[in-house]
Amino acid sequence: MVAIEGLGRLLAEHPFFQDMKPDVRDIVVGCCANAHYRPGEFLFKEGGKADHFYLIRQGTVGVEVHVPGRPGVVVETIGEGDIIGWSWLVPPYVWSFDARAMDQVRAITIDGACLRPKLEANHELGYEMYKRFIPIMGRRIGEARLRIVELTTEPGRD
Amino acid sequence: MDGALLPRPAPADDPMVPRTFRIERRAAEVDGCFTLTLKATDGRPFAFQPGQFNMLYVFGVGEVAISVSGDCRDLNTLTHTIREVGTVTRAMAKLRVGDVIGVRGPFGRPWPIAEAYGNDILFVTGTVGLAPLRPLIYEVLNRREHFGKVVICYGSRGTHDILYEKQLHQWRGRFDLQVHVTVHSAPSGYRGRVGSVANLVKIARFDPDHTTAYVCRSETMTRPAVQALHDRGITSDRIYVTLERNMKCGVGFCGHCQMGPSFMCKDGPVYRYDTIEDIFTVREL
Repeated sequence: MVAIEGLGRLLAEHPFFQDMKPDVRDIVVGCCANAHYRPGEFLFKEGGKADHFYLIRQGTVGVEVHVPGRPGVVVETIGEGDIIGWSWLVPPYVWSFDARAMDQVRAITIDGACLRPKLEANHELGYEMYKRFIPIMGRRIGEARLRIVELTTEPGRD
Repeated sequence: MDGALLPRPAPADDPMVPRTFRIERRAAEVDGCFTLTLKATDGRPFAFQPGQFNMLYVFGVGEVAISVSGDCRDLNTLTHTIREVGTVTRAMAKLRVGDVIGVRGPFGRPWPIAEAYGNDILFVTGTVGLAPLRPLIYEVLNRREHFGKVVICYGSRGTHDILYEKQLHQWRGRFDLQVHVTVHSAPSGYRGRVGSVANLVKIARFDPDHTTAYVCRSETMTRPAVQALHDRGITSDRIYVTLERNMKCGVGFCGHCQMGPSFMCKDGPVYRYDTIEDIFTVREL
């Protein structure tokens, strides 16, 4: 019980859950766990089953693309106060990228397999979660597009 | 010979007549970029303010507008960092120490500095955009006591494209300066940040109500940079941007750099954002 209360407080402190009504947020707490990753440790790998997402409390996670026969390519870093992982929301619930701790990472993992039925059952919770995920997804897609524009319009040699 | 047919010496301050400068040093920067350190052949000092540009003339090839990237307190040295993108800059890249080029300038309105006294300072830039901002960074550091926090947010394509990398490391070592660097992509194991410059603005520590921001990015990337500043609460009247168009004469005669009612060569290239906000995204301009 103490652990659940502690997780509830950590959840409430994270920017992703700010301003969510406590009774709605409390539904999520039962699907949460604390996690710690050492530098270089994978949070998830491309092709794996996407049943979690992660609230980063401390440290930095690199989003990587696996390149056969070569070192992976880091395409984005996610830091404290941010979240990583939305494949758990979208069928077929499979990770599209690797995510690896770049330093000591403390996170709250949220079990998507546990949460998905709760979103179906409680539409207020579902709406609150989508309302928070969609702007993040939109911003990251927008930034990725702009980086493509910059790479293609600004001269340079790769 | 009829004296009337002899070429008359031009007045020393004629903005259309180049002065000659000798290349004292040539340094390779990131791929496709190089820095020329110039000295006037007549030994006279050259004064400029941060944000101003010169028309550099490769004899027999042509002229091109390039921002000054050195320290404005050093009146005897003129520094330009140049990226090879066209005929003139490619010819310039082939010049060697001892060669002479023509210089007209300085032109344009500089970055305002005194207006930001008492504020935190935020520099937002990417790739070679750091070059036109560097004189301002030098000057802000020269007048460090007048400002609160000073933050540099810089982004580049990759880990090998970080302009003035050594200098960024030196600046990062100062206790009175925050330096945030990001790259578009990096090999696995890279310890720095990967992502957009907008993300750096998001994490930088400053007081949004008392911050002046200076943005030097391509016109396309200036828009999201300004949006990121707005998202942090910095209003348009405290954001300065620098724009680039096809500057030819440098004195507002030819109209090549016209944007609406403004000639960038003389009314810019530095603008307070609220003064151009309405026309900035008008495509026909």
